Amino acid sequence: MTALALIGALILLTLVGPLVSPNGFDHLDWSHVAAAPGFAQSHWFGTDRLGRDLFVRTLQGARVSLAVGLTATAISVGVGVLYGSVCGYFGGRVDQIMMRIIEILSGLPLIFFVIFLTVIVGRSVFLLFAAIGAVGWLTMARIVRGQTLSIRQKEFIEAAISSGATAPRIIFKHIVPNVIGPVIVYATLTIPQVILFESFLSFLGLGVQEPRASLGTLIAEGAAEMQAAVWMLLIPGALLTLLLLCLNIVGDGLRDALDEPDRAG
Amino acid sequence: MIRYFASRLAWGLPTLFVILTVTFFLIRIAPGGPFDEEQTLPAQIKRNLDAAYGLDQPLWVQYGRYLRGVAHGDFGPSFKYKDFTVTELISQGLPVSATLGSLAMALALIIGVLIGILAALRHQRWGDQAVMAAAVIGITVPSFVLLPFLALIFGVYLRWLPVAGWEPGSARHYVLPVIALTLPPLAFISRLTRASMLEVLRSPYIRTARAKGLPERIILWRHALRPALVPVAGFLAPAVAAIMTGSLVVESISGLPGIGRYLVQGALNRDYTLVMGMVVVYSALLIAMGLLVDLLYAWLDPRIRFQT
Repeated sequence: MTALALIGALILLTLVGPLVSPNGFDHLDWSHVAAAPGFAQSHWFGTDRLGRDLFVRTLQGARVSLAVGLTATAISVGVGVLYGSVCGYFGGRVDQIMMRIIEILSGLPLIFFVIFLTVIVGRSVFLLFAAIGAVGWLTMARIVRGQTLSIRQKEFIEAAISSGATAPRIIFKHIVPNVIGPVIVYATLTIPQVILFESFLSFLGLGVQEPRASLGTLIAEGAAEMQAAVWMLLIPGALLTLLLLCLNIVGDGLRDALDEPDRAG
Repeated sequence: MIRYFASRLAWGLPTLFVILTVTFFLIRIAPGGPFDEEQTLPAQIKRNLDAAYGLDQPLWVQYGRYLRGVAHGDFGPSFKYKDFTVTELISQGLPVSATLGSLAMALALIIGVLIGILAALRHQRWGDQAVMAAAVIGITVPSFVLLPFLALIFGVYLRWLPVAGWEPGSARHYVLPVIALTLPPLAFISRLTRASMLEVLRSPYIRTARAKGLPERIILWRHALRPALVPVAGFLAPAVAAIMTGSLVVESISGLPGIGRYLVQGALNRDYTLVMGMVVVYSALLIAMGLLVDLLYAWLDPRIRFQT
């Protein structure tokens, strides 16, 4: 519960915070370059080496991370549920081929795909959403397929088939609503993974581009300056960790509550 | 058993082939080429360069030529590191990355399993709870946050270890990167081990063993451990993938001369052959790991051995 409340507070902060501060995210304040955090001036979290306000940049970065996390998770849920339920419902050869495709895709380190996608289409935030979402659906599809396989044996599916329902109707009206539990649990656990992945890409310089900030780019900048200005690393690092921690705790709690066995991974 | 393994092995090669083909065409579709530098080359020189590397040929011809090279163990010349072949670059960097990765993997496995067992034995007591709280944090903190912090504390403030950098044969330079790379999978493995150990210890055959009067030590090591390790074996392949991606950032932060940097740089520079070489190395490693996991499964759980 504490974790959930903290996430709420963080989201609120990322929305309200930048409005409260008198500084813009890309405003260069040359009179306060690499200033230490404090409440004496308006830069509460200090500034970076170009004099940009870190309070606003960190919160903005967190907002980007959250947006990527939610969007990419939504994409991966959509694709994964559809793919997995089709696999599980039709079974047989269709299932075998489709699962083989998943296995091949998961044999490819995810990072390649995203690097290629960013390189091919050019760097944009939307692409980032799509790219991360597009690779995140593999596990979701596996889980949904497993659930669908067992649901397909139930009587109500048989009844639906014998009353002449079409395959799409059965999948969307009868199967999908019944797999929603595990899907929600896994989706909550996907969000922190996606956020982590986004920061990782941004850290490598492949994600969000200047002057926009994401937690990953801020951490990369901070790590370069850490000997002179610890706060540049400390603040975004702590915020990212806190965010991931809360999301993970909520996901774990949800899984325990829905009595799923701990088969994480 | 042998048939099971053979069928698994038979799937490995086509998988590698598909990955190779997809990446080959993906990176060729990407706009830009290896010789688009800041100052544009005169058209004649560019044509000559393209001809020298065979880039003026149709894509299918290039693809065929590349495949033939790979089959002979030749990954071609690098486009950006002009005097090196891809094989040379990779074989220079691989020992560093492999040392880093295998140390991290071994430590994560050994320590993770031990911690998981201890936590399961202390179930619901403070030791268990402390370990599991630490594990959640360990899973959460990304290595690119952890490593700068460690470097700050042990390198800048305490001055025990070098902040970054690398010298041939120096173990001290490996310590921080290995720790940063080890912690996330370690935390995950300890959680997996604890959960499956708890489940195994509750099962009827363990109760029978206790009722027979076997000492707890033998019950634990001889009867409970092996089945409890099945989920851990399943995590091995994802763990290797995680350590490989983790080593990308860890190497770049610590300035270790591994192969991690070639991947990102190669893709950005359109260094086609280098990227392809990296993809082949990484994918082959992952596929081999998948095979190993299958073997481990069969060894840990006889029921799997006798299926199919």
